[in-house]
Parts: sequence; C-alpha cells; structure tokens
Amino acid sequence: MPETTPTPVIEVKDLVKKFDGKTVVNGVSIHVNEGEIVGFLGPNGSGKTTTIRLMCGLLTPDSGSGQCLGYDITTQSEKIRQQIGYMTQKFSFYEDMTVVENLDFVGELYGLANRARRVNDMMAQFGLTPRRQQVVGTLSGGWKQRLALAASVIHTPKLLLLDEPTAGVDPNARREFWDRIHDLASKGLTVLVSTHYIDEAERCHRVIYVSDGQVVTRGTADEIIDQANLSTWVVRGDNLETLAHALEKRPEVRQVARFGRSLHVLGTDAARLDALAEDLRDDPDHDWQRADTTLEDVLIDLGARNDRAAAP
Amino acid sequence: MINLGVNWRRVRAVMVKEFIQLRRDRLTFAMMLGVPLLQLILFGYAINNDPRNLPTAVLVEENNQYTRSFLNALENSRYYKINSVLDNHRQAQRKLETGAVTFVVTIPAGFGRDLLRGDRPQLLIQADATDPAATSNAVAALEGISRNAFRHEFRGPLASLNAPPPAVDVVIHRLYNPESISTYNIVPGLIGVILTMTMIMMTALTLTRETENGTLENLLSMPVTPLEVMLGKVAPYVCLGLFQVTVILITASLLFGVPIVGSLLLLFLVALVFISANVFLGFTLSTFARTQLQAMQMTFFVFLPTILLSGFMFPFRGMPMWAQYLGEILPLTHFLRMVRGIVLKGNGVAEILPELWPILLFLVLVGWVALLRYRRTLD
Repeated sequence: MPETTPTPVIEVKDLVKKFDGKTVVNGVSIHVNEGEIVGFLGPNGSGKTTTIRLMCGLLTPDSGSGQCLGYDITTQSEKIRQQIGYMTQKFSFYEDMTVVENLDFVGELYGLANRARRVNDMMAQFGLTPRRQQVVGTLSGGWKQRLALAASVIHTPKLLLLDEPTAGVDPNARREFWDRIHDLASKGLTVLVSTHYIDEAERCHRVIYVSDGQVVTRGTADEIIDQANLSTWVVRGDNLETLAHALEKRPEVRQVARFGRSLHVLGTDAARLDALAEDLRDDPDHDWQRADTTLEDVLIDLGARNDRAAAP
Repeated sequence: MINLGVNWRRVRAVMVKEFIQLRRDRLTFAMMLGVPLLQLILFGYAINNDPRNLPTAVLVEENNQYTRSFLNALENSRYYKINSVLDNHRQAQRKLETGAVTFVVTIPAGFGRDLLRGDRPQLLIQADATDPAATSNAVAALEGISRNAFRHEFRGPLASLNAPPPAVDVVIHRLYNPESISTYNIVPGLIGVILTMTMIMMTALTLTRETENGTLENLLSMPVTPLEVMLGKVAPYVCLGLFQVTVILITASLLFGVPIVGSLLLLFLVALVFISANVFLGFTLSTFARTQLQAMQMTFFVFLPTILLSGFMFPFRGMPMWAQYLGEILPLTHFLRMVRGIVLKGNGVAEILPELWPILLFLVLVGWVALLRYRRTLD
C-alpha cells in the first residue's frame, strides 16, 4: 500500500435499501481505495448483491449517500456506468450470440475508438481467440466466466464490481481468474468482489463481512483474525465426531469446525480453552496442538454466529 | 429524467445485436414469414367470399319444361349445383339442418300454368345463411336468373312475358342478410392485421426476454440510454415489417389479382408509420410485462379488439357509437382506410392525411409512455 493518502474509489455511507418493507441493506458504509482488491463476504441474503447494485447505480438507495469514482451514486450514475465494469452473479451476456459478437456489442456500447483491435486483444488475453465464433450458449461455465470478465474490462474501467464471479467454476479456472484479477489490480484497477470462498477472501487485500445487511467486521485478513480474538486448538485422531459433540457442550468452546482428519476447536477465552486442552490431551487417541487462528476459522465462526442469530 | 440525446453508434450496436439474435432464432424468423402467407392464403382462398357451386337440393312438385328451364338457369349461373331431388319439405328441412346443402329450391304445383297465365308464380329458395357471406352473392344472382330463365320458352305469342316484372316471384328465406366483403377488400386489410399481430408481439417479447434471461441487468449497467435501446431494438422489426408488406403485396397481386391503383411509394410510407406505431406499442407493453408469457397475453389483449373494432371484421359504420369511438383510437382503423383507399381507389396524400395524423399522434404518445416506463434501474 502506498504511503500517501490513497484516493477513495468507493466512499459510501449508511446505505439503506428496502424491498417491500424488508430492509435488505441496513446502513452499510464502504470505503475502497484505488488499486485495492476488496472482498465482500457474507452469507446468502446478507445484502451483498444489493449493495453492489447500489454502488453502480442499478438501484437507488432509500437513504444514505456516497461517491463512486468521484461521482454521486444517486445523481451521476450515468458517469459511473462509463467507468465501471460489472460482472453479474448470473451470466448475463447473449447466449444466442458468438463470443466475438458479444464483445463487439459491448465494445460498441462503450464507444471504444479502436473496437475491433480491442476485441481481438481481449480475446487473445483471455484465451478466447480459438472460440471466437462459438455460440456462447454452448460454452462451459469456466469459459462463460472468462468471457464475462473480458467483457467487463474491455473498456479499461477504473473499478470492477464482481458479484460472486467464480460460483460454479472449477478450481483451476478460479485460480486463473484470480491471477487475472491481481494482474489487473497491479495496473491500477480497483476491485470489489463478493464471494463465498474463503481462499478467495484470502486473496483480497481487505475483507468486508456483512450479515443481515450490516457490516459485521472489516480489515485485512490479519486484522480480522486479531479482532475476532479467538484461540484455536487442532485435534487429530480417531472418533473425532464423539469428541466434537462433547466439546460443543463445553462453555469455554465457542465453535468446533470439522475437517477430514481433524477438528478446529475455537474459544474466545484463551486461558480457559488452554486449560480444557491440557485436561483432554492425556487421551492417547487424540493429539492436541495449539494452532494459529485462520481466516477460515473466523469466517466459519461469523457464519455460525449469523445462524445462531437467525435461529428461532 | 429522459435523456433525449442519442448516440447513433450505440443505437446501431443494439440494432446489429437484435439482427444477429433474430437470425439465430430460425423459428421466429420462419413464423414472421410463414404467418403472413398462411393468413393470406386462408383469408384469400379458404375464406372465399364469392363461393361458387354451392350444393343445392330441389323439391319439384311439378315437372315440365318450365321447371327444367329454371333449374338449368340456376346451374348455368355457376353459383348453384343441384345434387339432389327431394320428395317433401321434411327432407328439405333435414338437408339444410345437416348442412348437406346450402340451398333448397321449391317449385310449387301449378308453376307452369301460372307462369303462362302471367300470374308470376312464387318460387321458394331457402338459404343456409349460417355463413351469410357465403350465400350473399348466389342470392344476389337470383334476380338475373329468374329474368332470363325462360327466354327460350317465351317466344311467339308468349314473348310478352319477357317484359318486366320477371315472370317468377322468387321468395328468399334466410336468417339474416349480411353485407358482403370481397377479396379485394380483405387482402389489403390483411396487411394491417398481419402487421399488427407480428409487430406488436415480436417487439413486446424483446425487452421481456432480456429481463427473463438476466441480460437486462448487464445492459443497464452499461452506458446506453433508454431511447438508444428502444430505437435499436425497434429498427430491425420495422425493416421486417416492410418486408412483410412487400411479400403480402406481391402475393396479393399474383394469387388474387388485387389491383393496386394508387402509389406504391405512398403505400409503403403509410405502412412505415403504421409499423412504427405498432412496434412502439409492443415495446411499451414489454415495459409492463415481467415475463414473455405476460407479453404474449398483453399482445392478444390488444390484438383482439383491434381485429374486432377496426372495421376489419365488421363494417365500421355498422358498429355502435361507443365501439366506433374506441375504434378511432386504434392505428389499424386508420390504416385500413388508408390502405383500401390507396390500393382500391387510388387515393393520394390529400385524401389520406386525415387518417395519417391519428396514427402519428398514437406513435408519439406510446413512444413517450415507453420511455417513461423503461427502467434505468432495477428498483
């Protein structure tokens, strides 16, 4: 991160959006600096998509205000549209048109001066050239996602809004996708990306976690881990399911996360959790190890907290 | 806020996109061509309003040269084809009820005697007027038939019977007496009906398809204005509409020999205005519909009154006043008058102007509603 005061690309305050009386976004404030990749996390229905739509002027907030690329999100959305790339959650290009036809269309709408060359460049850059004449409806999910990304950056936007861009895409394609995102960010593109994947959250410079339309926590991965103030033990061994059930009943244990051959046991009071671990580690069947709390542990905990809150 | 500045490059981009999609959608394309031709042939041929050789039964209570002469005259007119001879009225009734014959001709006893005396014997013709248009011409031909049927017999001393009134009094029984509409009248009207249906439906579907497929969200996030989207989406269908007009006119002329008296250029200009009014109406409907199914339903909601109240189905002046007022709103009403005027009467600009401005007004109003309704956001 540069030392000078960074320019905010997104600066929105107290956004509220209601649909039919239901508050979907409830006072969300977001600050994103130039060149940052910010992950937008939260359970389904937490208001991520709505917030993104508010920022690119596709929805008008019921209250709250803010700027996107220096333009007011409520009154200057026309200007914002020129300079953002938006990749929708559902694939939203024309399935009955070919790759090149879709890119041509988007290029024309943005009024690109050298559209034909730019389209060719994008196809080359995203490996779409061999499939240029393929009708998009016949492409696989990974290729559609590539096309969607190519189309949303064809006009070299300053801000890229990605709404769960890698849902339903295989790990290789996801990795490749993130390499591209980092590449674009290194050239000054700012990215706000909503995701459910923890490994993707770790690839972001910063993370904003929302739940029920409100920001629950935000910061870098380390900051979020620190803020969570959780200590973690990892247990390996046999019969882990029985142990997990037993541990979940203990007051000093906040969360037990199950992995294939291990359990992550989380607690907010490190001393009490350590004491518990000392008591139980005599059992030769189980191997107790103190571990660093990972972002994944924290996010699982946040998700579980949300579930508990939602429980009747 | 409506932004009326237009970037033609973006309009063209939307237009090209629509053309590409239209080309890929073979079924729709076939429908756009197939429906007009099918309608034209059905209306023009199958729904023939000047049918000939209608099945006829005769109930002859007296058989002599005079009755034979009359029946020959009926057949010679080519409207009547006598295919059965009946014995009594009950049979006649049955034949008519089952639809086996369209006409029953009854020649009463004493026909020849009364004829020669100059007593003008009555002849009964019962017509199945279920489809009134089908029988009207045959019925209309009766006067001439009865006047000329006995030319051969009325010679020498009987020649005086040739003088009017006709020697026979033909009594016609039918349910109602309709106005007849000729093919010449129907085919030009069909241009309007076909255009109304295809244009409204196709454009009503375009925007709802984008909503349903999720592509609208993408379109909205890009810098293209509502007016640009509307113009770009509508333009291909206007071209297609003009193409339909050409196809219908050629078919009408080749198959039905409809004479085109007036200016073709004027006809196409009028069609252009009419097509535009319909595509804008379709676009407006699509801003109300959430799904393509709703768009279809709305199209039919508009289409049915259009067909019924425009003067296509029923003579406009025969409708009650309230229906006439409603009819005056519809573009088709005015288009029918213009097209029939140009095609059949050779009307020029001066004559059609009073019918042109209501369509233009309709076009502007509907276009305005569409622009107000087209959402720039997903709210």
